[in-house]
Amino acid sequence: MILTVNHVTIYRYDAPMRSAVQSLRLFPARHEGQRLIEWSVEVEGGIRGSSFRDGGGDRIEGWSVRGPLQEVRITARGRVETSDTAGILRGHYEISDPLVYLCDTAATACDENLRKLAADVAAGASGPLDLGHRLSARVSDEVAYMSGSTQSQTTAAEALAQGQGVCQDQAHALIAMARECDLPARYVSGYFYDQGGDLPPDDEASHAWAELWIDGYGWIGFDPANKCCPDARYIRLGSGLDAHDTAPIRGTAQGMGAETMDVSVALKSMQQ
Amino acid sequence: MLSRTAENLVWVARYIERAETMARLLEVGARITMIPTARGDGYRSEWESLLQASGTAAGFAEKYGDPVERNIESYLFFDRDNPSSVVSCFEHARENARIVRTAISSQVWDALNVAYQELRQLERRSRSEVEMTELTEWVTRHVTMVRGAIDTTLLRNDGYHFLNLGFALERADNTARLIDVKYYVLLPSLDMVGSELDTYQWQTLLRALQSYRAFHFAYGGEIGARKIAHFLILNGQSPRSLLTTAEKATYHLDCLGRDYNKSGLPQMRARALMNELERSSVEEIFNEGLHEFLTRFIREVGGLSKAVYDTYLSGVAR
Amino acid sequence: MTEHFNEMYCGGAVREPYARLENWTNAMPAELRQMKQAEAEALFRRIGITFAVYGEGGDPDRLIPFDMFPRVFTQKEWRKLEAGIKQRARALNAFLLDVYGKGEIIKSGRIPARLVYQNAAFERAVMGFTPSCGVFSHIVGVDLVRTGRDDFYVLEDNCRTPSGVSYMLENREIMMRMFPKLFRENRIEPVDGYAEALRRTLASVAPAKCDRDPTLAILTPGHFNSAYYEHSFLADLMGVELVEGPDLFVENGFVWMRTTEGPQKVDVIYRRIDDAFLDPLCFRPDSMLGVPGLMDVYRSGGVSICSAPGAGVADDKAVYTFVPEMVRFYLGEEPILQNVPTWQCSKPDDLKYVLANLPELVVKEVHGSGGYGMLVGPKATKEQIEVFRLKIQEQPENYIAQPTLALSTTPTFVEEGVAPRHVDLRPYCLVGQDVQLVPGGLTRVALTEGSLVVNSSQGGGVKDTWILAE
Repeated sequence: MILTVNHVTIYRYDAPMRSAVQSLRLFPARHEGQRLIEWSVEVEGGIRGSSFRDGGGDRIEGWSVRGPLQEVRITARGRVETSDTAGILRGHYEISDPLVYLCDTAATACDENLRKLAADVAAGASGPLDLGHRLSARVSDEVAYMSGSTQSQTTAAEALAQGQGVCQDQAHALIAMARECDLPARYVSGYFYDQGGDLPPDDEASHAWAELWIDGYGWIGFDPANKCCPDARYIRLGSGLDAHDTAPIRGTAQGMGAETMDVSVALKSMQQ
Repeated sequence: MLSRTAENLVWVARYIERAETMARLLEVGARITMIPTARGDGYRSEWESLLQASGTAAGFAEKYGDPVERNIESYLFFDRDNPSSVVSCFEHARENARIVRTAISSQVWDALNVAYQELRQLERRSRSEVEMTELTEWVTRHVTMVRGAIDTTLLRNDGYHFLNLGFALERADNTARLIDVKYYVLLPSLDMVGSELDTYQWQTLLRALQSYRAFHFAYGGEIGARKIAHFLILNGQSPRSLLTTAEKATYHLDCLGRDYNKSGLPQMRARALMNELERSSVEEIFNEGLHEFLTRFIREVGGLSKAVYDTYLSGVAR
Repeated sequence: MTEHFNEMYCGGAVREPYARLENWTNAMPAELRQMKQAEAEALFRRIGITFAVYGEGGDPDRLIPFDMFPRVFTQKEWRKLEAGIKQRARALNAFLLDVYGKGEIIKSGRIPARLVYQNAAFERAVMGFTPSCGVFSHIVGVDLVRTGRDDFYVLEDNCRTPSGVSYMLENREIMMRMFPKLFRENRIEPVDGYAEALRRTLASVAPAKCDRDPTLAILTPGHFNSAYYEHSFLADLMGVELVEGPDLFVENGFVWMRTTEGPQKVDVIYRRIDDAFLDPLCFRPDSMLGVPGLMDVYRSGGVSICSAPGAGVADDKAVYTFVPEMVRFYLGEEPILQNVPTWQCSKPDDLKYVLANLPELVVKEVHGSGGYGMLVGPKATKEQIEVFRLKIQEQPENYIAQPTLALSTTPTFVEEGVAPRHVDLRPYCLVGQDVQLVPGGLTRVALTEGSLVVNSSQGGGVKDTWILAE
């Protein structure tokens, strides 16, 4: 499948700012499931810094914008050829030891309920791969997808307690439980092409899921929101310990203005 | 030099200059209490005028209400709630210097640090056993030591010029404000110009600026508004005149321009200010209106300070 | 009571390195001593060597007590320490390069993965990044204690930004000013080359992208920091700018300093702020002390940061146990300096031993520093021990325990004259293209009789430390 992406993020300030700095993780890395045909990232009026690849294999690029400014507009666009690898991440270059991803963060820390749930699921599992599927399915059941039901700061434990969340919360819950079962787990951000409608609601094309390290297979993606493993409809942007660690855009502006953000992500499929 | 370092240096100088102005005002106040004034209620209103002149009347009223001599002395000298009190000024000067210790000589640091340590001792003494004149003399002595250390031990590099720029800008502002307050706050009505009270107040002002003798030496004869205005605004020999401060600012900015191989808005503004004063006469100033002239001058100095900030201190200029 | 090794008097005789000091102290009447002590204090205050303590009332500028009685090592003793410290500094850096790279030592099973990757000081952000010259920790402070004529132990390593070197330098300056004669009678190795050595070390790790004489800067949290004096002192000695976060900004892949003449590129940053505050985009988003975007520039090779973010994973008290193993694994050598035997409360057997022997042990928090959060068993009350027992049982992985060492003593001036007090030693090892050590260090002394806690925040003082030339 060939997917075209047009991802525009605009930060607006209600007073002129002195300057802005951005750190962008907006570059889909090549692996067996995806190949870039063309891709560009641009910050309007900004100055491109240098880029590097982090331990997880993501390319990160720094940008700065000189002030006075009242708007920062970041555009990522391009075409990606994707294929279905049954969720398995193969041919992806990275350095980090999977054991690094056993580390807890505030968003993925287990509370008693998560711990119990994890133990319960683990008791019925026949092996790590089966455990991964069961954990993901259980998260889909226990944390129902409900748009706008949580905040960006909501933790896995909080999402479980209220029984609903968005893809970020579901991924966090899955990661928390997997780590509890000693499975290295990480957060993945990317895009999802929903074949249901031709023009999906804008921000739903931004997506997140989890990858679990399964001995013998390597990293395998699990998406509790769509109850499946990532396939050709998914574009993978980057990974990290949790949503905060994986954020495609991290930025800050110097000045007294209050910030508002506007995101639009348009994904289209092109016939080959 | 780091922009922040330059900014700290400018503030060291500004606070030292401000401390001296405060001490001078206090000395004038102490003097007033010893001399019967033209009006029956002079005692109290003169103290009030001092608060006006120092720009601290609002803060004082909030804390103490009616001006009482002991409170005013405390407020202007010791009070840390008053950002312009002598203690506050010395503390800020010393803290700014501590931050940029490596940009000043150990002698300059010593002068500031010793003053600060002594001030802390002074603070511990009972107020009733400290005479105001002792305090003001203490300030003059230590300010002179700081200035002396700066003049005799610092390299003539950018840091030296920023310090002197701070002195010049602060002094230009303080002198202009003092003259303005004399006319628009101290003198009850304009028809009192030339009256005994007017003359007396001018004398007081000269004392505040430590220029009483210098004035007589330069002009002699009767004290009159025009002579004094000339002395404090246009006389290039008077150490506190507006012209002298403008010349000083221009000189140090030109030095910076030369050192950095780059001149711009600050140099232009300073030179324009200096040129205007050089060409002015007392008649022109009085025609424009003293208050109007001073208001414009204070604004110009503010503009110059901003140009200095934008060009050198903000760290944004390229 | 345990027998403590006295570094000056041994078996009733004066040990050789202290030979000339006996006359010096005997010939000094009490009044002269008090005068000199007052003089020293005035000098410290005058120069401004104080550590600022805010928010506790009283004078915010406090002096660390300075003891005029020097501590002395022979050349022979020093050579062994020097070799051991350099060896350790090399091993610690090899460890850091490894765990942020291939992780060989973990794969080999010599150190548990959890201890490293889940360590609070481990920074995932530098995974896969190789700093200039492969060095993570450029200034390694190794804290040593002595228990006998030839017995030295490493108490802990400091791989981040060990402080106190300004005291090493100023203590010497002040001693030379007050007792010039002593320095003519004893041949003492100079320490004043430290600043230049540090400057050269930092310059040697400039990033490959830097094609000129590198510009260095010291990054300080600001003038309210208790070690601000040291930051400004080092900047002055090296002739480099002392910057705060807002003085720096990033643009087109480099770090720039805001100066009165416009932006100036910075190549090497000797930072004296913690990892968490370096860059709000990468670490704590609320940090006002750091430079947004700094880590991107760092990881793309536009600037060097000393020490590297994440260096702290090597000086953790639980990782400490494995340092001798690191020496063997990376260098193929036997460790010259010994670790203090350490029980990890995270291990069930060790925990059992520790809980059964609390009155004899020193218990420390894994991440604690400054002598806080510590139990000195033999000096503690029954209540204190019971409080600690509960804490350990609650979070065993948070504690380690060590035997109470019979720390050596050196003569120290006290109220009544001269008396033995316990000391430790922190030399500062510089690691860049070369590994080097200035002959000296900071001796900290517990001024209270019998006390083993030398931290300045707990009533410790400092001494000049002499290495005698041959």
